Amino acid sequence: MKSDSKLLSAPYTVWMTIFIVVPMLLVGYFAFTDKAGCFTMENILSVGQYSNVFLRSIWLGAVATAISLGLGYPFAMIIAKMNAKRQNVMVMLVMLPMWMNFLLRTYAWMTLLEDSGLINSALAAIGLPRVHMINTAGAVVLGMVYNYIPYMILPLYSVLTKIDRSVIEAAQDLGAGSMQVFLKVVVPLSMPGIISGVTMVFVPAVSTFIISKMLGGGGNLLIGDLIDMQFLGSAYNPNLGSAVSLVLMVIILICMGIMNQFDDGEAGEKGGMLL
Amino acid sequence: MAPRGAATKEMQELKNTIISLKDITVSYDGEQVLGGFNLDIHDGEFVTLLGSSGCGKTTVLRTIAGFIRPDAGNVFFYDKNITELPPHKREVNTIFQKYALFPHLNVYENIAFGMRLKRRGEKEIRQTVQEMLAMVNLTGYAHRGIGQLSGGQQQRVAIARALANEPKVLLLDEPLGALDLKLRKDMQAELKKIQQCTGITFVFVTHDQEEALSMSDTVVVMDGGVIQQIGSPTDIYNEPKNAFVADFIGESNILDGIMLEDYSVKFAGHSFRCLDGGFGRNTPVDVVIRPEDIKVVEPDSTRIVGDVTAVTFKGVHYEIIVDVAGFKWMIQSTECRQVGDHIGLALTPNDIHVMHKSEYSGVFGDYSTFSDEMEEDITASEEANVREEGDGNEI
Repeated sequence: MKSDSKLLSAPYTVWMTIFIVVPMLLVGYFAFTDKAGCFTMENILSVGQYSNVFLRSIWLGAVATAISLGLGYPFAMIIAKMNAKRQNVMVMLVMLPMWMNFLLRTYAWMTLLEDSGLINSALAAIGLPRVHMINTAGAVVLGMVYNYIPYMILPLYSVLTKIDRSVIEAAQDLGAGSMQVFLKVVVPLSMPGIISGVTMVFVPAVSTFIISKMLGGGGNLLIGDLIDMQFLGSAYNPNLGSAVSLVLMVIILICMGIMNQFDDGEAGEKGGMLL
Repeated sequence: MAPRGAATKEMQELKNTIISLKDITVSYDGEQVLGGFNLDIHDGEFVTLLGSSGCGKTTVLRTIAGFIRPDAGNVFFYDKNITELPPHKREVNTIFQKYALFPHLNVYENIAFGMRLKRRGEKEIRQTVQEMLAMVNLTGYAHRGIGQLSGGQQQRVAIARALANEPKVLLLDEPLGALDLKLRKDMQAELKKIQQCTGITFVFVTHDQEEALSMSDTVVVMDGGVIQQIGSPTDIYNEPKNAFVADFIGESNILDGIMLEDYSVKFAGHSFRCLDGGFGRNTPVDVVIRPEDIKVVEPDSTRIVGDVTAVTFKGVHYEIIVDVAGFKWMIQSTECRQVGDHIGLALTPNDIHVMHKSEYSGVFGDYSTFSDEMEEDITASEEANVREEGDGNEI
């Protein structure tokens, strides 16, 4: 039996080695070498000059995650309370935007938010002043929330539907009003869902580059853009790009470590897998 | 036999009525489960709602707890109408079928849950939790996680958690259903003891008639959302009101009979002396004879004679099926008989119990399809169980 399961996992092990372990080692190699291939700490040390980019990324990612949680939790609760048929429809509606290309979706927001875009045209048409929205931090956060909120709702929904109805009744029975039931039973029991949701929104949000590029303009440079520039952009420097990636990875790992303090295990593995 | 029933009733009315259900009507998805249901529960009583799955007993319990708001009718707690009161404001606590302990809290915090909501002092909480743990024999388990406990231990924590809240009434929804037989017996005795020590009114729901008889002060037998009989366990067993109660509680031979006059009833082709009266002359009735009351005698010394068709060893006694002119009787006897034996059955007037005809007359038949009937019952009740659970989740 044991050798059988090992055999079955072999393809995945090979896959992992080629596409995850080797690239990681390469990132590590590039981060600690210069253009000539000699060992150097210079790349890592020069990451410090981009600390404002890191702070901005983490801040915007955190804001987007908080908004996703704030919007996603009540929504997941509402779905979880519906009957099975409507639940399926709602879950499908949550996933529907994901069927469309990421770039296309974000591009659509561009045309909506532009100074001469749909929203501003509509505002002008009813005699209201135009609002500058595109190329602001707010637009970036909006893009993050819009794109990643399904990853918050789905794990929350699946955890909330699994909470035993009788446990909630037991809390009511023991004297808990609806707010107390929520805070003392529903929230603690949905903690694994909160942690995976937060992980699955925060990690991609913090390292995104398309959203900031399209909705944030030049003034809202994020880590993702920085890395993008080092590999594909004008500032071609894979060594620096690797160093930035490595530091970002460490920061995310620390963030996840802190998150997991709220729960015992489980979600940690998911966080690791996403990296 | 009427006088004795009346006496018990009077005695109960001297006690305060703590919970009173008046004309309760409850429907799920348009299907009526309870219609004009009335029940009074007295202070300090151990009341059991007994019936098969889907008879509405759990609905009654959930109505008292406040999880179901009846379509019509009122629930009274002493003299206060609590029909509209949400569950968390009622002075009753429930022990759930599947324990429903909080998986994110340890034993201590589970038991302390209700007291923390009431903002009791830490010292008082600690003392009460220790007392409760001692009462349910779990001293030393305070800091265990719920997942580390066996089913029986979880059940005990659930009891401790409910009692720590000092309820006036404790509602128990088939709490022993998931335990094995031995543990069940122990918990039955323990629950009874706890009830007697604390003096709290217990409302216990079960489909196990033996459990109901051995624990309760009062048994409420239900079927189809209707109370078939209320009485002490001995009343229910010895004086079943109709064929349903007679069949549900223990084994019984239910025969068609005619009450010729007071104290004389005709069945199985002969007339017998009995202790029942007040039915009028020549009234069709149901006659119940318990299998353990029948004496096996020589064929020539009695009027009821038949052939043994099946014998099952049950440990304490043999279960003998006897064909008497086409009607199969069940007899429980410590004497072993062989299939094919020609035997006589002897009855004394005390063994014969006469009941009015009811909608259940003739439903249960004799013991000719004994084993098949058992199997059907099991499948039917399982189906009903699934349905009931489904209903429960919707609400």
